[in-house]
Parts: sequence; structure tokens; C-alpha cells
Amino acid sequence: MRTARTPRTRRAARAGQYTALLGYLLFLAFPLLWLLSTALKSPRELGSPHPTWIPRHPTLASVRQAFAEQPLAPAALNSLLVALATAAVTVLIATPMAYVMARHRTRAARAATGWVVVSQAFPFVLLIIPLFLVLKRLRLIDSLTGLVLVYVVWSLPFALWMLAGHVRAVPAELEEAAAVDGAGRLRTLASVTAPLLAPGIAATALFAFVTAWNEFFFALVLLKSPRRQTLPVVLTHFIGAEGVADLGPLAAAAFLATLPSLVFFALVQRRITSGLLTGAVKN
Amino acid sequence: MTEVAEARTPAAGAHPRAGLRTSDRGAWFLVLPALIPILLLSVGPLLYGVLLAFTDAQSGRTAATRWIGVLNFRDLLHDTLFWESFRIGLVWAVGVTVPQFLLALGLALLLNQDLRLRGLARALTIVPWAMPEVVVGIMWRLVYNPDAGVLNETLRGLGLGDGRDWLSGLATALPAVIVVGVWAGLPQTTVALLAGLQNVPRELREAAAVDGAGAWRRFRTVTWPALRPVALAITALNLIWNLNSFALVYVLTGGGPGGKTRLPMLFAYEEAFRYGQFGYAAAMGCVLVAVVSVLLAVFLAGRLRGGADA
Repeated sequence: MRTARTPRTRRAARAGQYTALLGYLLFLAFPLLWLLSTALKSPRELGSPHPTWIPRHPTLASVRQAFAEQPLAPAALNSLLVALATAAVTVLIATPMAYVMARHRTRAARAATGWVVVSQAFPFVLLIIPLFLVLKRLRLIDSLTGLVLVYVVWSLPFALWMLAGHVRAVPAELEEAAAVDGAGRLRTLASVTAPLLAPGIAATALFAFVTAWNEFFFALVLLKSPRRQTLPVVLTHFIGAEGVADLGPLAAAAFLATLPSLVFFALVQRRITSGLLTGAVKN
Repeated sequence: MTEVAEARTPAAGAHPRAGLRTSDRGAWFLVLPALIPILLLSVGPLLYGVLLAFTDAQSGRTAATRWIGVLNFRDLLHDTLFWESFRIGLVWAVGVTVPQFLLALGLALLLNQDLRLRGLARALTIVPWAMPEVVVGIMWRLVYNPDAGVLNETLRGLGLGDGRDWLSGLATALPAVIVVGVWAGLPQTTVALLAGLQNVPRELREAAAVDGAGAWRRFRTVTWPALRPVALAITALNLIWNLNSFALVYVLTGGGPGGKTRLPMLFAYEEAFRYGQFGYAAAMGCVLVAVVSVLLAVFLAGRLRGGADA
């Protein structure tokens, strides 16, 4: 940074950096803005041969049409229930295991860490067929409970990885001090470790929520009846069999489906980024 | 590396943290709530899936399933459609991973600088990641739309032809979906590389700068060696994830036109849930696992080597 460069080359470099940054911002934001623009256009504007960049007469007609064409509200409710349940169960069962993985160098903990890495890599096809057969036997096909079960196991590897990173970030000396003071294991965990882990647990819950909210493949295979389907599956119904779509309602529904995740991320963006970074770095 | 070293030392039990390791029974008690679902719904089905690959299992008549040995694999060997989808899968995985890595590397270096809009850029970086893949697909369908799409309108505006139907063209479909793949996975790669850049000792970089090393020299001799383990890991994982992708291309093209974007996962999905050939689709899964295992071995080797270097 502190080379003996002339002010002019330095300024040129800065300008280049800002150009690149603006290009990146445009690249990131543009498709999303186009989605919003399409969603707000009037049917007549959508039919025009030369699409406008910004809708001339913004209208919610497409939103209304989207809700009329497909069961969006029930689908959103299904997605919400599934995502909340997935987040709650994942955090509940992953936190103790992540704790053991981070603090104990037992064979089981090492095997778990290895599995976490390996499981990230398995093709879903090999998993979905047997899962389909097992869930069918348990009469959990076309059931949100079955889907939650699958999602919990699916988000566990990364949840464990993130949480273990957060546990390692809590100094073990704190726990030892509590142990020396005569606190039992559970007492130590509840009163010393858990409060310090709260941000990590929140980030992990968020991760599990968004994963479940966005997931498509398992939902496509496991949910059959239209009123049980989650939002991503219902969204694909807007695209007709021939690939033709009613652009306005499609865009409106797609934008609405993204809102919860975007709001969540906007609220806790800093936390999740640092959570991801902690999980990544401490490993 | 420390983990491996400790594993080989019998005295690993005599750790200073002995206060917390009162009993392994306690540890097992904490592990079980996660371990049982993992075994029942992940490890179990995977093994079951491998077994299915050696049977003629079909949907609807699983009761009468017979063991047929390697017959599925022999059929697969002669299935030109499968190998075509496999080739497309490789082109897709490499075509997405490589440009994505280069872009992400540039961006990570950029976002590591003290720039004014950095906060906004970091916040927006999360957008493609937060979006459902289905929405990403729909969004880009709107961009690529032959009549009302922003891409064709821009090209027309620039006087670059009358535009075309990108996702239905035999030659353009695969490149078009690859662009979307790069877009969708860019943030994760960027964030991972940003995390990696935090491993680069600042003093070292500054010392190199004081010694008169140019930007490229500094990158090659200081930044890259520290970044390499993360870079290797994220690249291997991206290759694996891309080989397994489904939703994005399913929404964009459904595998068309004429199977030109039919990734292995789409092929296996159709085989299993449209034609009910569970055993055959499971065999495809096994072939993919074999390929992925090789990549995984590279990843693990890179991780260990990275640890040794540090």
C-alpha cells in the first residue's frame, strides 16, 4: 500500500478500483431490479415489443393476478412452517454435538468432523431415492413433517461446522474457571458457554431457516398435492409446460418469495457474515 | 494439522482441558440427538442407495425387487445419453467454477481494500446467496426472455443484432446457464476468499511493499501462499456442488433444448421420478459419487498440506 507511487498513478488505480466495484454492484443488483420492474409493470406495458426499464405506471395488478392464479398464500405458510421447524430442530440438536466436536478430541468427534466434510459432497440422487422409499414406508411422503426431517439432516453438516467454530471461539479457560469454582458440567454450559454462543446459534438458525425456505429439489420430489407444496415448488407452476410464462405474475411471485430471506439478511447481515467467517476461519 | 498430530499421540487424553472431559458417556449423551437422525436419514439412506444400484428397483413395484449385480452399470456404460449428460455436467462444473473463482478472487482483493462503497458491496454480496435458486432461475429467464428481456433490448439498443432466444438456442443455452451459475455462486466464493485474505499477515504485505515489491509480486509471494489452502478448498467444493446442481438449470431450461443442458442430476431425476427407474438412477448416483470422491480426496489433501504449510 505504501509504495512510493506518484499521486497520479495512485489516483488512476483508485478510479479503476471504483469502476470495478460499481460494475460488481450493478452485476449483483441488476437482475433483482429487473425482477422488481417486471413485477410492477401493467399488463399493457409487459406486452409492448420494446420493454421499458422502469414501469411507467407501476401497478400491483401482477401481484393480485399471481395470488389468484396459484395458491401462493398457503404455499408461503407451508414454507414458513417448514423453515421455522427446521431452524428450531437443527439448532436444538446441533448445538450439543458441535460442543463435543469442538471441545473433545475423541474418536467420535473426529469421525463427526470428517463426516461433515464428506456429507457436503454427496449427490442428492443417491440420497433422495432411498429417502423417498423410507419416507413412503413411514407414510411421510406428501407431509411437511417428512420434509422437515430431511431438511434438518441436510442442514446439519454446515450447522455443526459453523457452531463448532463458534464454540472454539469461546475461551476454554472460562469454562475451566467455572469448573474450578465448583460448577458442574451442565451448570457451566448453561451459565457460561450458552450466553456467549447465542450469536452463533442465532446465525446458525438463520442459515437453517433460509436453506429450508429456499430448497427446491427435495420439496419437488417429496410433496405431491398442490396444497402441501412449498413456495419454490409452486413458483415453478407459473412456468407453463411449454416453458411459456405469464411474466408479470411470475416476477411478482418470485420477488415476494425472496423478500423474507432478504429482510432476514438485511437485519442480521453483519452477524451472518461474521458467523460464516468465524465458522470458516476457526476450522 | 494439530488435530492429526494429537490423534497419533496416545497422551491426547491428558489434555489441560481435563476438567471438561469428566466422562465420555456425557459426551455421547450430547452427541446422540444429532447422531441418530444423521445415521437414520443420511448415512443409512446412502448405503441403501448404493445397494439399490445393484437391483432392478422400480417405483411402484419395490416389493418384487431383484438383485441384478452390475447390470445397471453395464447398461450405463453403453448409455450414450448418460455420458452426454456427464460431459455436459463437467463442462458446466468447470465452466462455472473457473470464471467464478477468478472473479471472486478479484472481488475479494477489491473488497479487502479501504473503499467507500465497500460496506454496500459486502451487504449486496449476500443477495444472490439469500435468493431461492428457483427465483434466481426465474429472474434470469426474465433477463434472457427473447421478446421482453433486458438482454436483447440492450443489444438492440446498442445495434448488436435483433437479439435471440438465448435459452432455446442449441449453441447458446449452455453458455447462458453457465453465466447464471457464475452469478449465483459468486458471493459464497467471494466471502470464503475474503475470509482467506484475513489469514494473510498484514505486516508481511507491508514489509514487502516497503521493500519495493509491486502489486503482482506482493500477490504472488505473500498473498497467494497464504490464500492457497482456502482457494483450493473452495474450488474443490464448488466443483462438487456444481456437479450436483439441479434447481437452477431445471428452472432455466428443464435440461433442454434437445438435452443440451441436461446435467447428470436432471438426467437421474427424470430416470427416477419420471420413468420410475430407481435402481438405474441409483447407479448413476454411484458413478457421480466416484467422481466426487476423487475431488474430495484432492480437497482433503489440500487441507492437510495447507495445514502443514502454515
